[in-house]
Amino acid sequence: MEKILKMVAQRLALGLLTLFVVSLIIFLAVELLPGDLAEALLGQSATPETVAAIRRELKLDLPMHERYVSWLWGILQGDMGRSLANQREISELIGGRLANTLFLALFAAFVSVPLALTLGVLAALYRNSIYDRVVNAVTLSSISFPEFFVAYILVLLLAVVLGWFPAISNVSDDLGFWERIYRTALPALTLTLVVIAHMMRMTRAAIISLLASPYIEMANLKGLTRTHVIVHHALPNALAPIINVVVINLAYLIVGVIVVEVVFVYPGLGQLLVDSVSKRDIPVVQASCMIFAATYILLNLTADVLSIMTNPRLMHPR
Amino acid sequence: MEKLGKLKRMLASGTIDRREFMGRALAAGATVALASTLASGTLKAATPKKGGRLRVAITGGGSGDVLDPAQTLDSYMINVSFGQLRNNLTEIAPNGDLIGELAESWDASSDAATWTFKLRKGVEFHNGKTLDADDVVASINHHRGEDTKSAAKGIIAPIEDVKADGKDTVVFKLSGGSADFPYLISDYHLVICPAKDGGGMDWESGVGTGGYVLEKFDPGVRTSVNRNPNYWKEGRAHFDSIETLYIADVGARTSALKTDEIDVMSRVDLKTVNLLKRSSSIQVFKTTGNQHSTLPMDTRQAPYDNNHVRLALKYAIDREQWLKVILKGYGELGNDFPIGPANQFRATTDDIPQRAYDPDKAKHHLKQAGLDKLAVQLHVADTAFEGAVDAVTLYRETAKAAGIDLKIVREPNDGYWSNVWLKKPWCGSYWGGRPTEDWMFSQVYSEGADWNETFWSHERFNKLLVEARAELDQKKRRDLYVEMQRIVHDEGGAVIPLFMSYVHAARTRVQLPEQMASNWELDGHKQAERWWFA
Repeated sequence: MEKILKMVAQRLALGLLTLFVVSLIIFLAVELLPGDLAEALLGQSATPETVAAIRRELKLDLPMHERYVSWLWGILQGDMGRSLANQREISELIGGRLANTLFLALFAAFVSVPLALTLGVLAALYRNSIYDRVVNAVTLSSISFPEFFVAYILVLLLAVVLGWFPAISNVSDDLGFWERIYRTALPALTLTLVVIAHMMRMTRAAIISLLASPYIEMANLKGLTRTHVIVHHALPNALAPIINVVVINLAYLIVGVIVVEVVFVYPGLGQLLVDSVSKRDIPVVQASCMIFAATYILLNLTADVLSIMTNPRLMHPR
Repeated sequence: MEKLGKLKRMLASGTIDRREFMGRALAAGATVALASTLASGTLKAATPKKGGRLRVAITGGGSGDVLDPAQTLDSYMINVSFGQLRNNLTEIAPNGDLIGELAESWDASSDAATWTFKLRKGVEFHNGKTLDADDVVASINHHRGEDTKSAAKGIIAPIEDVKADGKDTVVFKLSGGSADFPYLISDYHLVICPAKDGGGMDWESGVGTGGYVLEKFDPGVRTSVNRNPNYWKEGRAHFDSIETLYIADVGARTSALKTDEIDVMSRVDLKTVNLLKRSSSIQVFKTTGNQHSTLPMDTRQAPYDNNHVRLALKYAIDREQWLKVILKGYGELGNDFPIGPANQFRATTDDIPQRAYDPDKAKHHLKQAGLDKLAVQLHVADTAFEGAVDAVTLYRETAKAAGIDLKIVREPNDGYWSNVWLKKPWCGSYWGGRPTEDWMFSQVYSEGADWNETFWSHERFNKLLVEARAELDQKKRRDLYVEMQRIVHDEGGAVIPLFMSYVHAARTRVQLPEQMASNWELDGHKQAERWWFA
């Protein structure tokens, strides 16, 4: 246990370093884009005086490193700053958006994880059967299409032709839970289709690779049913790789939703990020990216801790 | 009869005119008597009905939007701030006339440099405060001053002083005569907000005198407003409430409209407009105003400093083809001057004949310029104007026949307005158009203007501009402006191929007035108070 705590502490320290590097890269990347907020906001209606006035007021005329250092100093004190475009507190701007993104990710996770694991176990159980092939073909094709394509196909079929679900996810704070589920059904389904193949294939492969082990043979020879062998003997030993892939996909559900949010006009963090990049609103871009990066780092850490805990050999090394 | 119903809607929305309606109704089997009854029934505007929640989807904005009118830059906030929450001193009516809004009447001094506005009495803000002259002064001063970030800076530049004279009178002193000043004051930036006690004006609360009261503002997502029960305007603002969604993606707007998630969308995708029109529960309609595309050349640089080269390029473009292929007919031909159908003094084709595609004339002008052939680069991106990249590809082909080798340089949308426009010697651009000739010419064609995209300076033109500005006699002004349009047509540095319509789509239950304003999209951005549900 001590070892795990030590590892977690080490990883968190490394994570902080990673966050710092990420913030630097993002800052530089946004700086490299042509134009700044003043020009992006005003577009064709920019005049030299108004551009200069906006720059002066928002301190965009300071050199790059000074702006970065002042942002970093703020973050270290827990102040994410204000949006350059509308002067709102970023924490306030991001709060509701983050909640929306998390809701969608959780919804998609609740559907996709159990589904993927069940399909994977069944595919291992009926290996090389028609079922196995169909599941593989379907999930692999859904992951092979770009997300926006899957999304548009779903909109076309389920919203425009059949009319079962709304074509855009118009959610607001005052919606009831089930109404919200109904309105986010299509983006959640899109995400499910995109992540399911990875998890399902990994489950199947992890289990199958164990089926040749001597203890499985032993269990078979004892006369146990195939289901019993797979669920009670193979699955627990296959947990480490499965947990890993599940957690990575969870991270994807949070950070990879940008395209889906844009297609369904879902007011989440991804949409905010896209908006802010196009307006060169650096503090908002930074804050959103920090959240995405931190999610990735923390979930990866969780994956490692969980796979150690499910593996007695790593948990109690001699 | 289903078919007749559709024709009726098309007639009502201006997609077809009365003559075409009659022809098609007869072809569909109606008698002459029935068809003409139908036509007149449609043209008589139905009495607006109150009620319902209108859901509109607009693009042009984002999560950086602010309620501050000085920072209103794009369609979404124009629609909310100017179209729903607030009023101006003057308003451009659906037929294009200037009428009083918060101002009841106005007067100019004989040199058109001092303007006195009398305010309407008894108008209340959403918070119960009564409108007075101080609110107007504070709202105008919000855009003035050294350090202003206001996008309206250019419009209010001629104002030297604005003062309250009693509770209901506001006096503007201008630096020079401006016959169009009441028009300028109808600009969407110059909405009237309540003055704050400590000076300045209160834009933060969204309180105004408009037809709708702000309920919730979530920038980049939605704005909810409710009908103002005290609205002072008679026969306006019929919906109970309005939800304005920000949807940037035209595909998402279209599917939302098709699945009845929204009632109205702006900026229909012209590539698929014919498919959208097939739906019996959707009406597609347009208004054609002053919005136009331009291809501005830097007239200081060779070869564009030679007017014969500019004329050759103006003759080498096939405008009819652009209108048909790029705009699917949703527009009007441009004639190389920027004054459009929503302007007062637009030159007719009798004044200035329409310039047509003529490779021989183009060749002739090249020869006059001492050239056999010409190789030029045209910089464009899709953000320049609707269908810009496809359009200039057509241009390249038609120019070839005139011996012009037109090389297209495709630029990124990102940063186009800061890195390409006004920087490259020839590029694509567009203008939403201005309600007055003086405004358009002063901002884009006068010598030294910030946005003079052709870097053009023409002595006679600049002289006429000042002369016309202070001229109060309408007949004389018309002559002056027509002459100026002719000068731009013959010697200006921009090819102006098309006036682009605003194309919208709505569910059929949305009722549209017989005449819609064309100065902006969505009935001059006033759909909130001018439309209603059946």
